[in-house]
Amino acid sequence: MTLKRTTQSRISRTVQDLKPSGIREFFDLVMGMDDVISLGVGEPDFPTPWRVCDAVIESLRNGATSYTSNLGMEELRVEVAQYLEGKYGVTYDPASQILITVGVSEAVDLAMRALLDPGDDFLIPDPCYVSYGPCVELAHGLPITVPTHAEDEFRLTADELAGACTERTRGLLFSNPSNPTGSVMRREHLAEVAEVAKDRDLVVISDEVYAELTYDGTHTSIASLPGMAERTLLLNGFSKADAMTGWRVGYACGPAEIIEAMTRMHAYTTMCVPIMGQIAAIEALRRGEDDRARMVAEYDQRRRVFVNGLNRIGLDCFEPMGAFYAFPSVRSTGLTSEQFAKTLLTDQRVAVVPGNAFGASGEGHVRCSYASSISDLREALARTETFLERLDAGEVQPDE
Amino acid sequence: MQESILGILAGEGRVADDEIAARLGISSDEVAGAIREMEEQGIIIGYRALVDWSKTDVERVYAYILVEGTPQHGVGFNDLAAHIARFDEVHSLHLTSGTADLNVVVEGRDFREIARFVAEKLAPSPGVTSTSTSFVLKTYKSEGRLIHETPSSQRLAVSP
Repeated sequence: MTLKRTTQSRISRTVQDLKPSGIREFFDLVMGMDDVISLGVGEPDFPTPWRVCDAVIESLRNGATSYTSNLGMEELRVEVAQYLEGKYGVTYDPASQILITVGVSEAVDLAMRALLDPGDDFLIPDPCYVSYGPCVELAHGLPITVPTHAEDEFRLTADELAGACTERTRGLLFSNPSNPTGSVMRREHLAEVAEVAKDRDLVVISDEVYAELTYDGTHTSIASLPGMAERTLLLNGFSKADAMTGWRVGYACGPAEIIEAMTRMHAYTTMCVPIMGQIAAIEALRRGEDDRARMVAEYDQRRRVFVNGLNRIGLDCFEPMGAFYAFPSVRSTGLTSEQFAKTLLTDQRVAVVPGNAFGASGEGHVRCSYASSISDLREALARTETFLERLDAGEVQPDE
Repeated sequence: MQESILGILAGEGRVADDEIAARLGISSDEVAGAIREMEEQGIIIGYRALVDWSKTDVERVYAYILVEGTPQHGVGFNDLAAHIARFDEVHSLHLTSGTADLNVVVEGRDFREIARFVAEKLAPSPGVTSTSTSFVLKTYKSEGRLIHETPSSQRLAVSP
């Protein structure tokens, strides 16, 4: 058999060019060690609330083991529509404007493939969640990074956005609140982005999976701004606020034309989200509010303790108002993000993720998740303080 | 602020003022003042450890006793309850709806001690018409805490 490819490899050019995530390398390093306090975890430390698990167990007893509609169960789409209407006053038709996906991840992939032709550009913030760039590339598009800056708390600005647009720019994909920085874009910041989007006729894909984890004030969806619903794809899911990462349920809401295109692909490639996850999601939407409030209150306390602690030991950190990440600067140590993370890990067994794993503008910072117990956070702070003292005294040399 | 402080103390019990202050973003003085006030007002009635006695050498058993009684004019069950509550063996006592009138939790070194208390003190108390005793054989959850270990988390050490 002859492989009809110009190179020696069996693997497609697109995938050959796809770089593995910088997080992966770090994960392998951490896995070989004992007694590590990991602040590298991008998921809640709470188990899924038992009422949700119980609803699924009961559904299994009742034989709910089939495929569902490609769009997802109608009951779930109706719940999602009611939830979004109640939260943001944005109306979506459950029959044509909502698609249930395998986490927000599948929604991002589908959206990119639905919107991009080869050679089109898509804007992503720098730093941003690790899969945005690769999803654009897998759809044969060109990810264009829009730099964000520590002095703006890593929010997107109109100037940087407009400056990054080209003739071939189809849209913008960003998360609010932000992974990795914990930064939140409030209404006034989103209004700036909306103006550029309308001016340049961009589709905005808004990943709001951390929306419920917004502290002091409420989350604003860019879809709720005037003239934005018709050009915004709102993505959300149950992983973070409902502690349901393993269930893999998310959703995309937006213009029927885009949802229909995504659904056609989803029907061929995924068929539907596993019914167990959908049933869990229905329960979470119907009766999960108290559980969410309890977890948010807990994260908020940890956030204060941890961020104040970082600033106290000399790692400058702006106050992150969302998600469960802090993104302190490590520039005062003179180390790069990677040197800092690797040396901290080997010297003190605290795992953080180098900021440059999320884009070049993340250099000089590290991502710390505070989705850990307060006692672990305090221990991590104490170890990091020791590390900084040892570094200062020349007792520890940076790993390369 | 009161609700947040109570949430922490009722959940964990042993938390220093400055730790509470750090978590809630207020000063230690404010926390200390609020706690003192709640103690004075009887909102906080005490602090104690939650103990799984079955893991110790200390002998300790509990029984739930449903008590039916005769209410008295003007005071209902209050006098009877006040009488029963005075016994050291009584761990907690509630007036309840349902078939019985009082729900008494009794603590003792062994089953015999509790049986003797019921037979000699509780059942003969004036106003008590019947008792129904259920001994605690095993505790699964106490004061909102699961007693037996839940499976450890499967979380990956680093994830995106």
